[in-house]
Amino acid sequence: MIRSVPRSAWFDRIYLAYLVLFFIYLAMPLTVTAVFAFNDASFPSLPWKGFTLDWFFADGSNGRTGLFHDDGLLSALWVSVVIAFWVTLLCVCLGCMNAILFERLEFRGKEFLYLVMLLPLVIPGVILGVSILVFYSGMANSVSQQWGIELDMFRPGMPLVVAGQVAFITTLCTLVIAARLRKFDRQLEEAALNLGATPVVAWFTVTLPWLLPSIFGAAAMAFLMSFENFNTTVMLTGSDTPLTVALFNRLREGSTPVLNAVALLLMVGSALLAVLAMGRSSARKEG
Amino acid sequence: MRSSASKLSLCLLMTPFVLWIVLLVLLPHLQMLRVSFHVRESWDTVTLGLEQYQNFFSESYYWRTFVRTGVMSLFTTFLTLVIAFPIAWYIARLARGRAKGFLFLACLIPFWASELVRTYGWMILLRESGLFSTWLQALGLADGPVEMLYNDAAVIIGLVYNGLLFMVVPLVTTLDGMDKNLVEAGYDLGGNHWTVLREIIVPWAMPGVVSGCIVVFMLTLGSYLTPILMGGKDSAWFTEQIFTQFITRFNWEQGAALGVLLLVLSSVIVWLGLRVTGQNLRKVMG
Repeated sequence: MIRSVPRSAWFDRIYLAYLVLFFIYLAMPLTVTAVFAFNDASFPSLPWKGFTLDWFFADGSNGRTGLFHDDGLLSALWVSVVIAFWVTLLCVCLGCMNAILFERLEFRGKEFLYLVMLLPLVIPGVILGVSILVFYSGMANSVSQQWGIELDMFRPGMPLVVAGQVAFITTLCTLVIAARLRKFDRQLEEAALNLGATPVVAWFTVTLPWLLPSIFGAAAMAFLMSFENFNTTVMLTGSDTPLTVALFNRLREGSTPVLNAVALLLMVGSALLAVLAMGRSSARKEG
Repeated sequence: MRSSASKLSLCLLMTPFVLWIVLLVLLPHLQMLRVSFHVRESWDTVTLGLEQYQNFFSESYYWRTFVRTGVMSLFTTFLTLVIAFPIAWYIARLARGRAKGFLFLACLIPFWASELVRTYGWMILLRESGLFSTWLQALGLADGPVEMLYNDAAVIIGLVYNGLLFMVVPLVTTLDGMDKNLVEAGYDLGGNHWTVLREIIVPWAMPGVVSGCIVVFMLTLGSYLTPILMGGKDSAWFTEQIFTQFITRFNWEQGAALGVLLLVLSSVIVWLGLRVTGQNLRKVMG
């Protein structure tokens, strides 16, 4: 608190009220979504009709199908997990290599290429999706017309969704890992080299352990961003719809508490992942 | 020996970078630009032409939505900045120890849920059968159900909510690094609240402000779920039209042209923002 600055009591009170209102605003939509996942009514609205777990576990016998018996949602969830897995793997690898490229090596045009690397951040997600659709799907179309070869990989579907998400999540991973690499004391690596380690050994025993917290952080972020992405995904998805797109289609048909149950599950999942990533990185920092 | 090894490592590290940026970003966008100049004559012949862009300017629906999307995105960005600044100031300068970390985390929590979940939450609150409507009736402030969803105000509430995190985090980061003596010196030299804010705090926070504004603006301009789910019949968003052209009408040429226009709009506004405030992309994003 800056004590020497003149401030009046009522200003403090208004400020405090503003803070409280702000955090209510932040918490309200999610709290409401979570709470109505347990309401014993077929539409997520008031009045409160009592507590039930039907929206998670009902098997369809009483006219309600809970989340864990809803094959459509479960398969969409699995599609999302598979996509997120590949995106995370690719983005973290690319991010690591990009970070070393821009933090450690000197080459001509580095400034310019760095700006190019940042480009995906200033391209709207819908446009990224559309451009990849036009390029790859268009290519598949012309190849099929001219030579009669079907390149199903380049048709809308899982590979294209992965490509679209990797396009921009890689930039974020690069930034996270590069920020950590910048703080690395290069003398540690030189010491390893002086003590007879080869550059590869020095990298795996000295530099990589230093980077690990940021790699875990980047991986958690990549997984979440991939899992939650809608704008890029919706343009590129084929018959196997990921969870966000499936939820969106359900939502347009009308809302049921099953959607709230899925939403709650997603929130808990993301929270666990975030806590895990943060716990990991703080443990590293202390140890 | 040394230089050939470093050349090798440069090649090894440059290859994945080039593959990623060329195959997933540059080539697709160039192709999109090319397709936007295609004019379809029959099902398998195309010529080059400006027809898609002419359509955009002659159909008032297209460019009206375009302008509307741009203006509303700018307004949303400004509103997000105004709402987030006092919060960031409190977290960075006034809160202490545990409270600081706790409040910062509280700002992040909503973003562990996806945009779809957040929008759904707002729908439950704002719609005719929603909580606000029920509460207003229970308090006797309204006679019947009140529809608060499906209008521009609802869209802006949702969009601001989506952008807040990306504004608060860079603001807290820059404000955190400010020397408090600067503010005290400002008052000692006879400044009042307003001059201190304008002459000292805002210039110091500028990199954070610009980076927050760019990200929020990009997110808002490119958002699809919030306007489509919370907006009414008249609140069309430009991304929606791109989606319609591609997915519903299979008119890729028109869709590509609209995509290029959106990309140009966002690039121009981001560039202008950087120019006016004297920042550069590397400093702001990197």
